[in-house]
Amino acid sequence: MKPAPFAYAAPTTVAEAVDALAEDGAVVLAGGQSLVLELVYRDQRPRRVVDVNRVAGLADQREDDAGLLLGALVRHAELAGGGADPVRRLLAEVVPYVAHPPIRARGTFCGSIAWAHPAAEWNAVALALDAEVRVRSAAGHRAVAASDWFLGDRRTARRPDELVEEVLLPRLASGTAVGFAEHRRTHASFAEVAVVAVALVRDGLVQHVRLAAAGLADRPLRLSEVEEALAGVGVAEVAGRARVEVAIRLGVDTHQAALAAELAGRALDRAVAA
Amino acid sequence: MIVRFRVDGVDHELDVEPRRLLVDVLRDDLGLTGTTVGCGHGVCGSCTVLVDGVARRSCLALAVQADGTEVRTVQGLAPADGPLHPVQRAFHENHALQCGFCTPGFVMLLAGALEKEPEIVEDEEALTALLSSNLCRCTGYVGIRAAAHQAAQVLRERPTA
Repeated sequence: MKPAPFAYAAPTTVAEAVDALAEDGAVVLAGGQSLVLELVYRDQRPRRVVDVNRVAGLADQREDDAGLLLGALVRHAELAGGGADPVRRLLAEVVPYVAHPPIRARGTFCGSIAWAHPAAEWNAVALALDAEVRVRSAAGHRAVAASDWFLGDRRTARRPDELVEEVLLPRLASGTAVGFAEHRRTHASFAEVAVVAVALVRDGLVQHVRLAAAGLADRPLRLSEVEEALAGVGVAEVAGRARVEVAIRLGVDTHQAALAAELAGRALDRAVAA
Repeated sequence: MIVRFRVDGVDHELDVEPRRLLVDVLRDDLGLTGTTVGCGHGVCGSCTVLVDGVARRSCLALAVQADGTEVRTVQGLAPADGPLHPVQRAFHENHALQCGFCTPGFVMLLAGALEKEPEIVEDEEALTALLSSNLCRCTGYVGIRAAAHQAAQVLRERPTA
């Protein structure tokens, strides 16, 4: 199929962009690797497509006291750099799992957060890092915690006139262990399950763990009970304990649950080994 | 809407409806049918072209977004009466195509990647990850890998301008 007719706007400032979004039936086009697909399927029939690719400043990655701020046009591939900072390291570890090179060169981090596909890696990352989604409309701006953002399969707290302007990934203490593990059928497949692990280790003990999973439900999930159970466990035992704790809570009689238990273990293995 | 862009070295000014996809404008308006449409929804990669040097699914881009860009298609890789591009020649010599439908996409995917970074072929896992961007339903991947290695060799030895 081909997209149904729509009007097209290519604003060059955020103010123009949110004005264009204020009209009924407008949608944001950033990387377009999901939106154009939905236009082609006619799952979406917007009256107007607001292409933000020419908006100045949205491609920036900034760091301030609170953490790393990723603008609406930061492409997946631009997060591959890594570095000593644990947030950067986690992002770089995840990038190779997001789609494949042409999509990674075009699709955006914020677009993934806005689309909210249940299997999307970045959504689990955002949840694990307690990210803050910063949205703007002609009426003003607001920040939404990742835990309040994801409402279901491709449903978020975003209102139709809001642009996801940037996402804040709060700073992690230096030396925080981070790890990621995913199971998928092929390189180019969506994740069946993916798990993000963030662990604070002191004196050989895991003080605090955050675990978030994609692919287990209609939205990313924090495995809070498992996180609590793992506090204070020794570094050498934490991955094994994670497998058991996840299995106790999710069971092992479904493929997804069995994957989650194993992947939680692998994510923590990678985190504490690094 | 008026779109001005350069395709395979030729400047164009076209009046296109915003809903039209880049691949359809390339094929139907400019007659560049060398770029094929396989799945039409971003999975197979046969419609891959280079937009400002970066491989892009032309079925997942609106033509109006190409305004001001430089697009390269498989038809612009080699001059009409000149030698084949190293990737094209490597596909020919390594039998890297069977039915040939996916070939324009694979050739552009590899041309985009290898012109920038021919060393990628040294890492077999990275080459697999790159090639998994596109689908060949004849499953001719062994030939395509061989072609990638040969083309990378040629591009590496080529003096840089």
